[in-house]
Amino acid sequence: MTREDIIKPENLVYKRTSVLKDATMHYCPGCGHGTVHRIIAEVIEEMGIQDNVVGISPVGCSVLAYNYFDVDFVEAAHGRAPACASAIKRLRPETFVFSYQGDGDLASIGCAEVMHACNRGENITMIFINNGIYGMTGGQMAPTTLEGMETVTCPYGRDPEIMGHTMRLTEALAQLPGTYYVTRQAVYTPALARKCKKAIRQAFENQKLNKGVSFVEVTSNCNSGWKMTAVQANKWMEENTLKYFPLGDMKVNGKFDPKFIERIATFDQPNETLYSLRKK
Amino acid sequence: MAFKGALVINTEKCKGCEVCITGCPNGVIALSKKVNAKGYNYLEVVNADACIGCANCAVICPDGVIEVYRAKE
Repeated sequence: MTREDIIKPENLVYKRTSVLKDATMHYCPGCGHGTVHRIIAEVIEEMGIQDNVVGISPVGCSVLAYNYFDVDFVEAAHGRAPACASAIKRLRPETFVFSYQGDGDLASIGCAEVMHACNRGENITMIFINNGIYGMTGGQMAPTTLEGMETVTCPYGRDPEIMGHTMRLTEALAQLPGTYYVTRQAVYTPALARKCKKAIRQAFENQKLNKGVSFVEVTSNCNSGWKMTAVQANKWMEENTLKYFPLGDMKVNGKFDPKFIERIATFDQPNETLYSLRKK
Repeated sequence: MAFKGALVINTEKCKGCEVCITGCPNGVIALSKKVNAKGYNYLEVVNADACIGCANCAVICPDGVIEVYRAKE
């Protein structure tokens, strides 16, 4: 069988979705943002809601998301994407609304907005990309930076005694009554990327039910900020980040996942992964 | 029944991050020694016969540069 026999329209199994514009993304090679953009665009295409969806882009690496999605987009002030999304959803309840934020935007400056949007139970989808660093501004420490991890502003490793502890914001949001679906996914292997797509699809479908916030955290890499290659960064993430931020559902259909309840019971104990990163 | 796959790679958009290479189960793809207009070593097919069209490379490509075709042999 020759290559020409295989390359025919009826044999196509995967093609870049038309919901993404033809522009080349500005993200660094291997950045998880590109994969998540593509997954969201595929979900929008599969649900057939391209003309009825509004996205909110944040401040951070993904500030230019509106250049890549061929859907209506609003650019919110730093950290205020959930507030902006709440307004749009309240004024146009039939529209699918999603906010897309990184960890510097959502967990740091926008902490109040995301907390209150989740507490009010706005009927929106939130996508949260957690790479544990401020990527766009050059790799400064973020609330989600692991203890002991080196960044530009903590070159000797994050010391929790003076810089605070690594923030598990998604776990906190899952405990608010306004959230309906809370999950943590990753996109660095094909299996996880397919699983992440199912989760994001679920988060968009939930908007039809009008039950509350659907929140999808995607643990991602930042190879430039972590000073590694993309493949090394993914390996480092698997070995370190995912021990402190384990993948999986936290709340499904408004009910806690049993594994999440077990995990919360261990939160008062020291996390072994964090101690291994510390250099003393 | 075996499947045969074929890849169409948009070499001008490829950034050479190698994430897809870690996802390929059969070692079909590798980075080229040549560079594209942006200066990245782009992706190329080195072992076309082993491709089964699983689309794993395309699913984790951050820039969506890979198109996958699959046919029954």
